[in-house]
Amino acid sequence: MKVAVCIKQVPTRGWQPRLNDDRSWVRDADISYEMNEPDAYALEEALRLKEKHGGEVVVVSAGPARVQQVIREALARGADRAIHAQDDALGRADAAAAAATVAEAVRSEQFDVVLTGLQSDDQGHAQFGPVLAERLGMPHSTIIMEVQVVDGALRVKRELEGGWFQYLAMPLPALLTIQSGINQLRYATLKGIMAAKKKELRVVTPNAPVASRQRVLSLSLPLKSKQTVMITGAPADAARELVRRLREEARVL
Amino acid sequence: MMLVVAEQKEGRLNRASWEAIAAAQQLSAGSVPVAVAVLGSDVAAVAAELSAADVSGVWAVSHPQLASYTPDAFVAALAELVTALAPTHVCLPHTYQTRDFAPVLAARLDRALITDVTGLSRRDGVPVFTRPMFQGKLVAEVVAEGPAPHFVSFQIGAFRADSATRGSGAPVTARPASLQGATLRQTAEAPFQESKAAVDLSQAERIVAVGRGIKAQEHLALAQQLAAAFNAELAASRPICDNGWLPMERQIGSSGQTVAPKLYVAVGISGAIQHLVGMKGARTIVAINKDAEAPIFEVADYGIAGDLFEIAPALIAELGKA
Repeated sequence: MKVAVCIKQVPTRGWQPRLNDDRSWVRDADISYEMNEPDAYALEEALRLKEKHGGEVVVVSAGPARVQQVIREALARGADRAIHAQDDALGRADAAAAAATVAEAVRSEQFDVVLTGLQSDDQGHAQFGPVLAERLGMPHSTIIMEVQVVDGALRVKRELEGGWFQYLAMPLPALLTIQSGINQLRYATLKGIMAAKKKELRVVTPNAPVASRQRVLSLSLPLKSKQTVMITGAPADAARELVRRLREEARVL
Repeated sequence: MMLVVAEQKEGRLNRASWEAIAAAQQLSAGSVPVAVAVLGSDVAAVAAELSAADVSGVWAVSHPQLASYTPDAFVAALAELVTALAPTHVCLPHTYQTRDFAPVLAARLDRALITDVTGLSRRDGVPVFTRPMFQGKLVAEVVAEGPAPHFVSFQIGAFRADSATRGSGAPVTARPASLQGATLRQTAEAPFQESKAAVDLSQAERIVAVGRGIKAQEHLALAQQLAAAFNAELAASRPICDNGWLPMERQIGSSGQTVAPKLYVAVGISGAIQHLVGMKGARTIVAINKDAEAPIFEVADYGIAGDLFEIAPALIAELGKA
């Protein structure tokens, strides 16, 4: 079974955003990056598919040269080889442009299964996976919590809202977007890190940049929907003040 | 015209459909008519319900293959409808179902899709959409590029269902979907619940919810003590339940329970939108988080920016005093 897993490099969870001068984007120079969390779960699921059914896991990422950080990490965790669609413009590309670019980069590979996270922690369009499925002519399903391969087809558990689930079946090849928490992540071993250095990383330069379907005019910090009373002071003083306000002002205790 | 795609399951309308109607009415501002479509195998009753909206018409799109949702059938049926009606915008509630099919639909028609929209404005006559980015740390103003129709999905709870204007009974048109030439590749089994929730958090008056900031499973005892001190139920954000530190039925958010208690104390929860949609209806919200810029403080009435491992014991001690 030939499995592709698409991963994105996103700012670390603790990153405090700073805007560039015209407020059209964040200041790239300030950012430290990590693997998009749902994509890490997709990678783990891909590795488990390979362990169960054989074949190979190919990690695919689109973006500037910096994304090789997360590609190397995926190789260290056990992916067999990598394809990097490299273009500086992909750093800000929307899901439509990124998916079109990746589709061209992987079309000749004839993957059986393509996995990716359900959305990215940066732009958060939640579109890349389904659009890639459409571009590759594959059936898809999203927000997946279990993947079974039964008689050469997929049976997957899709998460619905409010604690409901549903199983769906579809033929291969197919694309799935994976929900965080589907499995327990493994981390790279020293041996894995050493082995990753020798693994194939193929850089593909897109023929022509694909235009995004949406344009960001401006970014800003969110406006508060409520007047938040921030309580300061030493822990004991802050606790006393909070409890007093909950009793006397909010009357919820 | 603008087209709203309402969502129904087994004849029950998803309330977020009314929010999408309200958003579409605001987006059109009377400039173009707003119509509604609803898909299924038998949607006459739901279409009648939707005809109470102040819209130009309701399309009841039916086909036996639309009885239970699958993305291939919905994309095929909606591609037919949208191509025939040629609306300026297609408005959808940002539900899990929309997330499943709308990107494929927009890609098939090669049009823009802007997701998770929370606000609308106009600049030089062009609609500008507000949406969160970077986990809600930033808000983006976005415009769609390329030809119409532009697809827009609206975040649940961002527009008020009861602000949708009602009319005097819009005409309902039954429109069978042809699904001609469509290959329907997914087959769906019946939806089910994993476990009947042992605890109904929606009925709790007070909830203490814990998130990633608790760092390790052994620290959950502290959260339990805090919940006991508040006489509250203990709940959690998704990562805590993913790790198996608390059972799934104690999860608050879009994939868990939606609650509106009198008091909600969020401890070490940053406030990703998937969590906020499950709790922002609480009457009084307290946030305790070491990051003063965390989005949770945007919805909080009271905030303490500090170390939960210092604040929580102090609160337990304070609440323990008579």
